[in-house]
Amino acid sequence: MMYQLPNTLRNFAFALIFIGAIGVIYGFLSVPTFEEVKSAHLAASEVMHHSADNMGTVANDEHIFHLLHQLQNRPWAALYVAIFFFMMISLGVLAFYAIQHAAQAGWSVVLFRVMEAITAYLPFGTLLLFVFLVFSGLHFNHLFVWMDPELLNQESAKYDELIANKSGYLNVPFFLIRAAIYIIGWNAYRYLSRKYTLAQDQATDNVNYSKLFKLSAAFLVFFIVTESMMSWDWIMSLDPHWFSTLFGWYIFASLIVSAITTLALVTIYLKTKGYLEYVNNSHIHDLAKFMFGFSVFWAYLWFSQFMLIWYANIPEEVTYFIARMNDYKIPFLGMVALNLFFPLLILMNSDYKKVYGIVIVTGIVILIGHYIDIFVMVMPATVGDQWSIGIPEISSVLLLLGCFIYIVFNALTKAPLLAKGSPFVKESKNFHYYNID
Amino acid sequence: METTTKKIHALYNDDDVLLHAIKEIREKKYTIDEVFTPFPVHGLEKALGVPHTRIAYAAFIYGVIGLIFAIWMMDYMMIVDWPQNIGGKPNFSYYQNMPAFVPIMFEMTVFFAAHLMVITFYFRSRLWPFKEAENPDPRTTDDMFLVEISVKGKADELEVLLKKTGAVEIKLIEN
Repeated sequence: MMYQLPNTLRNFAFALIFIGAIGVIYGFLSVPTFEEVKSAHLAASEVMHHSADNMGTVANDEHIFHLLHQLQNRPWAALYVAIFFFMMISLGVLAFYAIQHAAQAGWSVVLFRVMEAITAYLPFGTLLLFVFLVFSGLHFNHLFVWMDPELLNQESAKYDELIANKSGYLNVPFFLIRAAIYIIGWNAYRYLSRKYTLAQDQATDNVNYSKLFKLSAAFLVFFIVTESMMSWDWIMSLDPHWFSTLFGWYIFASLIVSAITTLALVTIYLKTKGYLEYVNNSHIHDLAKFMFGFSVFWAYLWFSQFMLIWYANIPEEVTYFIARMNDYKIPFLGMVALNLFFPLLILMNSDYKKVYGIVIVTGIVILIGHYIDIFVMVMPATVGDQWSIGIPEISSVLLLLGCFIYIVFNALTKAPLLAKGSPFVKESKNFHYYNID
Repeated sequence: METTTKKIHALYNDDDVLLHAIKEIREKKYTIDEVFTPFPVHGLEKALGVPHTRIAYAAFIYGVIGLIFAIWMMDYMMIVDWPQNIGGKPNFSYYQNMPAFVPIMFEMTVFFAAHLMVITFYFRSRLWPFKEAENPDPRTTDDMFLVEISVKGKADELEVLLKKTGAVEIKLIEN
């Protein structure tokens, strides 16, 4: 059965894009000027402690410039978090999809078209991200402090030896070349895998299938290297002095759990609309098991990264967590409740994993939690204590969510919802977890 | 009229045949006391109509006990009884030392849940050290599947049924 994009869903997506776009534009236009920041700051400090006169004017101006930079960064950073978040979901589903092929998994064949539809967002999502990075490289925004050439200039007062030493890797041209390599590699796999599975539906032999198997195995090697480097480039370099050796894994955990959650949500949505007749409770149960398992995996990495740095207490490392504990305490600790305790306690029960309503609610909580996770990775280095979740942040999410919904569900209409050519399709249709009726 | 209860042991040599046989025996309203198999057979509990295991709930409670024990244990060891200064972490405050105790809490949760679950399983299955085997036929540890059925009155009808379901051997045990 071919999927038809309902008008209501399309209009909903367009409405999200429209509202989001207005909010994002408003966010950019409402960035205050230097004078506004100054007067607001002076008013605030007079109310606070009547000490505005005591501060040196130069130091004060510098402070206000710093504040202004953070406020200027805010709409950019909000947009960046949303762009990265949705790109990451799509990339995670692509990796999960490649794992299914490389492992020759039987259970998931009936979900292949849903996975392919979610990865259809990848070309758009990565292109948007690349354009954003080019804008950063051209200094339209200052999210990546290391892009400031003054930091490399030994004559300058802003000269930063640590960043200068890293400039062989962290420089704008090489940064963009690397981004292009990752993006082209991922999209090439996405293009070829889609081509092969569609061809496999028409084929009488398994040539396309075995090509896809080899391609997927090769892609996974490429993916785990580029995913790790992507996390250093696009997230970790926001704090260029800081480093964590498990950061690639940490991003991967967030990426894969958000991806599988999204896959489960889209699958359940289609199922309730009467599509995907071969998807049964055992498939949903398996997806929920992955949601549960990767939530625990995420928490393990989150805590491992935190505890080693906390215990060793090396100044250049702990600054990362001090910034988060001082200014981001509620989101930083709150996301552990959303990302670990909630799914852990709810999805622990085997029976709950097949109840649509419970999987949907848990899934939404997980997605909010992982948005906050990315938020807490990006914001401290870009807007500091000037963060909030307001119009720029919410609008950016709505804008990208609208694009995501439109592209994903539009891609679903392009091919039959069952990858009938896969040699494991019968196994997948008959898939049954013994504990489920 | 005979009122003594007799036991019938029917032996099968294939797990699929066994599952079908159990279904047919239960349809005829005979009560199956026990099935002895050389390996765990998937779907056997369901075929026998055994209620779903509650060991998962027990495991959760054991895990919580382990977690509470670890929280108390680390407080007693590291804060109350013999404060130790490790890595300059404040040894007079549980709260500020807490991240260091998380791995122990995790391990104790797993330790308690796993061990108490195994012990519970043994006791519920009436297995303990020096216990005599209840296994009526040593071949069920090798390649045979044994179904034990109690019957009141005549067993002829049941024997016919068992033969039909593919039993390779039928033994009548008079009490």
